Amino acid sequence: MKLSLKQPSVLPGFGLTLGYTMVYLSLIVLLPLAALVLKTAQMTWSDFWSAATNPRVVDSYELTFIAALIGSLVNVFFGFAVAWSLVRYSFPLKRVFDAMVDLPFALPTAVSGIALTAIYSGKGWIGRFIPPSFPGAHPLLGGFAYTPIGVTIALAFIGLPFIVRTLQPAIADLDAETEEAAATLGADRWQIFRKIIVPTLLPSILTGFSLAFARALGEYGSVIFIAGTQPKTAITTLVIVQKLDQYDYAGAIAIATVMLVASFSMLFVINLLQWWSARRYRGLT
Amino acid sequence: MATIATYPAEASGGAIRRATTSEPRWVRVLVICVSISFLTLFIFLPLVAVFVEAILPKGLGGYFETFRDPTAMAAIKLTLLTAAIAVPLNLVFGLAASWCLAKFNFAGKSVLLALIDLPIAVSPVISGLIYVLLFGLHGWLGPWLKAHDIDVIFAVPGIVLATVFVTFPYVARELIPLMQEQGIDEEQAAVSLGANGWQVFWNVTLPNVKWALLHGVILCNARAMGEFGAVSVVSGHIRGRTTTIPLYVEILYNEYNYVAAFSMASLLSLLALVTLVLKTIVERKTRATHSPPAEGGAVPSPQSPAPNHEHHRPKHHEAFR
Repeated sequence: MKLSLKQPSVLPGFGLTLGYTMVYLSLIVLLPLAALVLKTAQMTWSDFWSAATNPRVVDSYELTFIAALIGSLVNVFFGFAVAWSLVRYSFPLKRVFDAMVDLPFALPTAVSGIALTAIYSGKGWIGRFIPPSFPGAHPLLGGFAYTPIGVTIALAFIGLPFIVRTLQPAIADLDAETEEAAATLGADRWQIFRKIIVPTLLPSILTGFSLAFARALGEYGSVIFIAGTQPKTAITTLVIVQKLDQYDYAGAIAIATVMLVASFSMLFVINLLQWWSARRYRGLT
Repeated sequence: MATIATYPAEASGGAIRRATTSEPRWVRVLVICVSISFLTLFIFLPLVAVFVEAILPKGLGGYFETFRDPTAMAAIKLTLLTAAIAVPLNLVFGLAASWCLAKFNFAGKSVLLALIDLPIAVSPVISGLIYVLLFGLHGWLGPWLKAHDIDVIFAVPGIVLATVFVTFPYVARELIPLMQEQGIDEEQAAVSLGANGWQVFWNVTLPNVKWALLHGVILCNARAMGEFGAVSVVSGHIRGRTTTIPLYVEILYNEYNYVAAFSMASLLSLLALVTLVLKTIVERKTRATHSPPAEGGAVPSPQSPAPNHEHHRPKHHEAFR
């Protein structure tokens, strides 16, 4: 069927490679994902709803959502500064700093997790200077381990590359002529920044933010060490793992389905943003 | 292009342009200082912390002591084995997928492209969970596997499968945009000169994409060796049998054996550093080989930033001209 819907080509190997792609994709990705969907479909609605909206689980949604949101917003601010410096300015060791941006992506999450704890816990490198009385610090131990701020730090750490790597090409592609035209018309640098640069970069800023946010929603390894296992700082992925450890499969499946829907919605938003930004650029011509 | 080439104000251009399209000196210094401090304190310090916490408390002797433990060796071996299976599988898949998706036009192509990127949007924990639901004792195939005495979950096959899932699109998403950009002219020429499919692939297509391929393999390998969440769900944490390096780091850490935990973590950090260096070198090679950046291409996705963004920057400047 597929073959008849294909444009003719002199190149060989279409059937073989498409067949292999479909079989491998089905076995590794589609079949296991279908298992989750079918398992969810087998639950009654009331079972699903009570498992997915149990107060502890709702608390975890709230914590994950807010920490991911704040972490990604922090990243928009610092990520913008980093991307701007890397594209427009020159400074010593620039290439090293540029490569450093990918570190949170290259570093395995478990390693980031224990390293961040070693830095921000009450006895840690930076955490030891944060007394228990500090706002948001742990009330007994000081530092940010086992607090919502600790969770936010971990989510901000893993999100940085997404924002910087989305903004860098967009900043490099900014049209200098527009900025020059504005300057000749008497706009000062701050006006140009607010009225030309930020609006032009907005789709990229939103895309980078959404990517970091989506990644943060599903993050596990880099958070659990700094968050600990108490209910107060349990992110949603940790709740899923705890349910599995207690053999509460129905609970784990329900929460996983909610998370999967959230991730796919984010993916949809990201694609919409990409489409929007592509259309905007075309609109300029 | 001229305006763009002269863009970084320091590079060239007159004093007037510098004054009008760059920030005042104090702003520039401030932004650079904020960026450098943020990268150093927030991003680089954790990497330093891993090595200091591994070596400082007990010295180099204590550091190397960690690796004499047979459990540590078993973890290293399992990690290498997992990557040795997952990377080639996804490499072959990446080549097959990029050939049919980049060189042909057919109905349903964009759906297939979206499906290939799917694993990147799935949380690592859920990536593990779906295999538990398929192969676990309460899963679809669990009873059958038990009757035939095959262990998948809480055993090595489950770890390998979960790793294959999370690294699934890494090679494909590097190759597809590049091969789309390169088109099929060279391949068509080769076919018209009498080359068969394999000859076209080995002698024409593969040399054209070798750097992107290497880039994908490097990223795929880094993720395969470092994956934690997905593997953690399917592993069962059986010491010395189903513990990869990241899982062993967790076990040691939870036993308050911090020196050993950070020593094992330092291996993964070295891997991350090597990955970054190789990635930077390969990206420079790619830029040299395929200088004009491509239109469109893969959307960067959660779980991995824009793959080699040099390929994918939208080229709207060219559209002006």
